[in-house]
Amino acid sequence: MANFLEIDCKLEDIIPEKTRKTRTPQFIQARTIRPAPPRYRNEISKYIILRNEERCLKCGKCVEICPQGVHVKSPGYKYFAQPQSHLCFGPVCEKKGCYCITACPEGALHIQENPMMKALGDYRWPAEMILATWKMAENGECPSEDYGYDFETGNSEGGFDRIRFKFPDRPPVELKEEEIDTSIELNRRHDGRPRIRIDVPWYGGGMSFGSVSNTTQLSKARAAVAWNTFSCTGEGGFMERMRPYDDHMITQVATGLFGVREETIQRVPIVEFKYAQGAKPGLGGHLLGDKNTQAVAKMRETVIGISLFSPFPFHSVYSIEDHQKHIDWVKHINRRALISTKVSTPNDVDMVAVGSYSAGTHIIHLDGGYGGTGAAPDIAKKNIAMPIEYAISKVHNFLVAEGAREQVTLVASGGIRNPYDVAKAIALGADGVVIGTVEMVALGCVRCNRCSAGRGCPRCIATTDKTLAAKIDLEWGAQRLINTYNAWRNEIVSILCRLGLRSVSELRGRSDLLMHLDYTNVVVEREA
Amino acid sequence: MPEKYYIATKPVPPRRPRIGKYGIVDWREDCARCHNCVKKACVYDRHRDEIKYIRDLDTVDSLFFDCMGCFSCVQDCTKNLLCLAINPEYEKLGNSYWTPEIILTTWAQAETAKIPVSGAGYGGKFSGYGFDSMWTDMSEIVRPTRDGIHGREYISSAVDIGHNSSFLVLNGDDVVSPLSPILSTPMPLIIDRIPDKYALPKLDAIIVETAVKTGLLALVDAKKWPPTGVDADKYLPHIAFYFAADAAMLPVEILKKTQLAEIEDDGNVKSRIRALKQIHPGIVVAVRVELTAGGMQRAIDLAAEDVEVIHIVADSDGREIGAEHPMFIKDMIRKVHRSLIENGRRDDVTIIAGGGIALPEHMAKGVLCGADLVSIELPLLVGLECHLCQKCDDSHTCPAKIQEISLSYGVGRMTNLISAWHDQLIELMGAMGMRDARRLRGDVGRAMFFEQLEEEAFGKLFGNRLQA
Repeated sequence: MANFLEIDCKLEDIIPEKTRKTRTPQFIQARTIRPAPPRYRNEISKYIILRNEERCLKCGKCVEICPQGVHVKSPGYKYFAQPQSHLCFGPVCEKKGCYCITACPEGALHIQENPMMKALGDYRWPAEMILATWKMAENGECPSEDYGYDFETGNSEGGFDRIRFKFPDRPPVELKEEEIDTSIELNRRHDGRPRIRIDVPWYGGGMSFGSVSNTTQLSKARAAVAWNTFSCTGEGGFMERMRPYDDHMITQVATGLFGVREETIQRVPIVEFKYAQGAKPGLGGHLLGDKNTQAVAKMRETVIGISLFSPFPFHSVYSIEDHQKHIDWVKHINRRALISTKVSTPNDVDMVAVGSYSAGTHIIHLDGGYGGTGAAPDIAKKNIAMPIEYAISKVHNFLVAEGAREQVTLVASGGIRNPYDVAKAIALGADGVVIGTVEMVALGCVRCNRCSAGRGCPRCIATTDKTLAAKIDLEWGAQRLINTYNAWRNEIVSILCRLGLRSVSELRGRSDLLMHLDYTNVVVEREA
Repeated sequence: MPEKYYIATKPVPPRRPRIGKYGIVDWREDCARCHNCVKKACVYDRHRDEIKYIRDLDTVDSLFFDCMGCFSCVQDCTKNLLCLAINPEYEKLGNSYWTPEIILTTWAQAETAKIPVSGAGYGGKFSGYGFDSMWTDMSEIVRPTRDGIHGREYISSAVDIGHNSSFLVLNGDDVVSPLSPILSTPMPLIIDRIPDKYALPKLDAIIVETAVKTGLLALVDAKKWPPTGVDADKYLPHIAFYFAADAAMLPVEILKKTQLAEIEDDGNVKSRIRALKQIHPGIVVAVRVELTAGGMQRAIDLAAEDVEVIHIVADSDGREIGAEHPMFIKDMIRKVHRSLIENGRRDDVTIIAGGGIALPEHMAKGVLCGADLVSIELPLLVGLECHLCQKCDDSHTCPAKIQEISLSYGVGRMTNLISAWHDQLIELMGAMGMRDARRLRGDVGRAMFFEQLEEEAFGKLFGNRLQA
């Protein structure tokens, strides 16, 4: 009997007439990089410049010397405007000969590290990483080295933050940036279903309408269109406004089945089963009552204002065979869909992954225990399930050993914060990643962790409050994400060039290109 | 369905001004007095409620410390006059083990009895010292049951204290093997004595009342019995007397109303246990073993001598007592647990572990490492708004003014905290798919340890891990 995986039939043969591909005209979003300045009046800066007005001669020497335009004295004005500290490179200017502090003839200028940097961010997302992401979202490029932002690693003292690339002094092969391929294949099963390729090695993670605003969801969708990748609905259902983005959406089927209908499964090219999520592994979804507004309740077919718990896990799944029945069910409803299975990272994550592969999934999505954007008990966020760094290599190696690695796409999420994390995850064995928090940060999130209750996010991103949500303009939001994607892609291209690799696929599993600061980095054979 | 363990709670607001993580610094002298001041847009209405804060000068600082740290006002002020900083009062809380985060979350749980919930993922360190170097497992499919929300209604958090017979000898329908007394507690937690340096007489009455309300057992120094204003009949079933080496025996009618007693390990353990059992055959007797250099071996030896309950206690930060390079309580529990298994004694003895249990996950992790239950004392004190500043000698300098608390406040806060811990234990057990806390003991298959994961995932990629 022929292996069903090897049947290479045509797509038309397996798509019955009743499988509906959306007929709504699809939104076109150009991949154009345009400035998207911050929404807030005062940018947070790494350094602050203080001017002693009594000593200042108003000579304008500082304006002349600063190439960044930190000092502003408008024509006709006697006094300087407040220094644009967020543009300041800091003491590095001294070496470049444009240091305003020493150039001031009266010594009226003083520079110091901004004490607010300590209050911004956390160990995993330190202030400099947040500021760097904001710069990427604004300009579409990683911030210049002169800013001195260390955005490649956080301060968590483990995992990605202790792993580095072993870049050779010179690339082994001279490559042009245009030659580098950052796309990845999502269907490796050769089962007749579409061979979807996305242009960047990531797609947007599931954030439901309810957990985030309509504008945030649409911004994510537009960025996905622009970069020919995907965004996920999350558990809260599929807004009608999302129809023009159907071709770049993933419908999530989660345990609460909120908003899951035959029609929402048929509309999209990928359907994701969410078994668990990194924010609260082993616990169901949790939308606090305050965020269950009229619109959310209507979408989820529930009562306004009550907290919504999704059960855990699927009450109809007791085994891999049950999981396979679910997959078969969706494959039958939508004959062109790829199936993604999102799981968290338990001890036996390798077995879960292989089981899911054998059940027929196209994409195995590992969501590490430290990730997530939604509301979760603090005890779960910190303690349940292993960090993604461990799970990637564990699953990758197991799939290789089982001979299944080339038939399935492995994506990882839960702590992917910057392009270096993407590259490290791929080098550890993932094909690509799923991102979430970085999109929130690009839209202005400061990681104050208050997304869950009351009116929701005070930064107007993860909220269903109409007044707050209206503060983000959709065009602006989409542009911020498109810019961020561009910065990330450029940085990944640069990493691949330095390593002499032509494509992201060549990087997969190349852990020999990595080193860990806490290890000898001399590999010795270990007993099985 | 058996009766569900339930703790009645209600919010107990703090008496003292709140201390928040953040503080807003407001340079008012340059204020332009904008009509549409950015403060009016505060999502949390902190600035809008300024007048409420100012009314009470004792709590005026709370205006700044109630800030949620969203930076919105800081970034939108037309004159850029507002700054956000970490509150120095917050940074002074606790110590390197009992961190400000632990103190603040304990206060919140003691106030609300709710599980702390927040968004945006985990922002802490990858791993850390002690209990932070392990994770609990979860299952994608296995559940305690499929009923209710996550099946958690059916989870039993009860554990047994005492010698569990591994088999019964029957003669016909009659059990002829001797049955040791055993008692059950509704969660793997026992309330320990507050260390002397923090002790206040009124805390004893609060603790025993809390034990009654939560259905738990509280260890009470026999020398201090009876605390003032305590109804003996009501409280004695929830009291486990602690007998120091020099403590006199309590009257028989008092002792007979208790289920558990604990004695100091003074080298004369066997005869003292015998004496207690002669007075009250139904009592379970624990021996308290300080985890000094020989503490672990002493616990193992006592188990070999048929002691039914051993209470191993590290210092308040969970460290081996008096050691230059102390082991942590987690590792000491594992060592004792493993030795008992190797000696074939594990099911004959109950291990209570104390010292360094600061958060609810420590309770679950302590049990996963091999304890049957854990003991706590400082978290309950912190629940009373204690800063752990150790300035208890002079009551006037106590920032929490604990000497002024009322019984209802103290009991309410402690009860709320225990209830929140119980709910969080259920969360962890639900995620693990575990239905019975008794089965959690020593189930390291449901735990993941830093060293083990590092070796498995990174050892073959990066060689040997460097020693710190």
